[in-house]
Amino acid sequence: MDWTALTLSIRLGLLTVVLLLPLAFVLARWLAFGRFRGRGFVEALFALPLILPPTVLGYYLLVAFGRASPLGQAFEAALGHPLVFSFEGLLLASLLVNLPFAVQPMQNALAAIPPNLRDAARCCGLSPLATIRRVELPLALPGIATAAVLTFAHTLGEFGVVLMVGGSIPGETRTIAIAIYDRVQAFDEASAGVMALVLLTLSLFALGITNTLARRMVHRH
Amino acid sequence: MDGSGELQVRLRQAAPFPMSIEFRAPPGSVTALFGPSGSGKSTVLRAIAGLHRADNALVACGGQRWTDTATGAFLPAHRRPVGFVFQDYALFPHLTVREQLALAIGHRPPGERDARIEALLALARLERLAGRKPAALSGGEQQRVALARALARDPAVLLLDEPFAAVDWALRESLRHELATLRRQVSLTVVLVTHDFDDVAKLASHLVVIERGSVSAAGTVADLTSRNAVPGLSGAREPAVALDAHVVAQDPARRLTHLAAGALRLEVPAVPGPVGTVVRIQIGAREVILASRRPEGLSLHNILDARVLAVEPGGHEALRLVHLAVGDARLLSLVTADAVRALGLERGAPVLALVKAVAVEAFA
Repeated sequence: MDWTALTLSIRLGLLTVVLLLPLAFVLARWLAFGRFRGRGFVEALFALPLILPPTVLGYYLLVAFGRASPLGQAFEAALGHPLVFSFEGLLLASLLVNLPFAVQPMQNALAAIPPNLRDAARCCGLSPLATIRRVELPLALPGIATAAVLTFAHTLGEFGVVLMVGGSIPGETRTIAIAIYDRVQAFDEASAGVMALVLLTLSLFALGITNTLARRMVHRH
Repeated sequence: MDGSGELQVRLRQAAPFPMSIEFRAPPGSVTALFGPSGSGKSTVLRAIAGLHRADNALVACGGQRWTDTATGAFLPAHRRPVGFVFQDYALFPHLTVREQLALAIGHRPPGERDARIEALLALARLERLAGRKPAALSGGEQQRVALARALARDPAVLLLDEPFAAVDWALRESLRHELATLRRQVSLTVVLVTHDFDDVAKLASHLVVIERGSVSAAGTVADLTSRNAVPGLSGAREPAVALDAHVVAQDPARRLTHLAAGALRLEVPAVPGPVGTVVRIQIGAREVILASRRPEGLSLHNILDARVLAVEPGGHEALRLVHLAVGDARLLSLVTADAVRALGLERGAPVLALVKAVAVEAFA
């Protein structure tokens, strides 16, 4: 059992959730309520990580984060080490890869709010920000919870992109999914089995929580 | 509660549908925007509330310009002293009745805020439902919550979008009564959108008829109905005069109430309320009988001295609609063309208008 890999995965998952949710909420709100041209294209762009093979995605991220790219250079200048094969690079990749898992449940939940409710909120004297806080957020809560759990569980299980962008540096980029792969490669099936079971349990637990939460929210209304 | 000044509205737009509407709602009036569905009535309400921006618009209340495209002035919706009752009520599904009211009241000292909530709950008779969420309320109860929520901020203008469309007939009548009662307790300017003329006849003091995005008639309800001058209504509804009368005397022994509207004096079946109570009455043109001599031995309470103002076609070749003046008030009478000839009914002719007490529909 590789505890370092497990804690790294959980740290990556939690950080991804905390950093991604606010950003994804803004995007989801824009997609749900905004009126603009090219909506279909924008939605397709955000959904891309769902269907693209992780290796393809990983390859492009590797190129984008690399020392030859402006992003990679800027990062290296700021932090003193390269973006690729670092925890920060892994986190950035995780944020991008999880975008659809965070945006889509929230977008659906926001789009399901009757437009009249948002108008009513304004006529009750709520500013646009207060309308988000008092009406949109509470009503979209099941979608937000789903987004959080899906993002967390998906981060724990991501393999291809992590391998491409992060490699397998213990304590830096070796997540539990990579550790399982390493153990299998080393014919250490006992360790691989334990870790696979831990991952399975965590994922099942996470999905169970979402479903219960979502059902409780629906019943509350 | 002040600032309930005159509401001035002017809207012009080319898209998404052409519209050119201008009217004024006097302070304290109930102004009905009446017209078929899709004529742009709801858009007018949304523009008043600041939820819709027309190309060329002026919305002013008591001298304050809420929207003025000429100067670029635009007060955001949440800063306008407006209460809005939406057609489907738009109650927040995640909040209890009390929480809905608290949200609309906004920031106030806690004691003051609680007192205000209690007052609103009492006003809308919601005390026992305060802890419920909208899903656990009936249609009529939801409507009362929507109304209480709209009044929470002491608005200068109350906007009602087809407030009775979502409820059945029986409930509609009792909700109209509640709104009429409420009107006497709270002083504000009301703009009511409806395609049901019953709402206009029973609740409105002023009428703006909107057809295909423009105003086809405007005036007081009493004036427009007594002249049978409401476009889009002929044929659909029996001509009837709707006007405000007040209780002059109660006659409990005979179970009658004496009402007066200007020179018009009527005895009607007992209407509750002390002397001075204002009552909306409707008198259908079919209910007014004309006579040249004072009849005797009839089950009739109201024999009024009238003068013929005009005789116009009555919707059927054998019928005529006679416009009558009773002092400064007006009545309509639907009679046969034969009767017009027999009684010599022509402009200026004196005539007696006979109105059965039970034919006067009083709404208080």
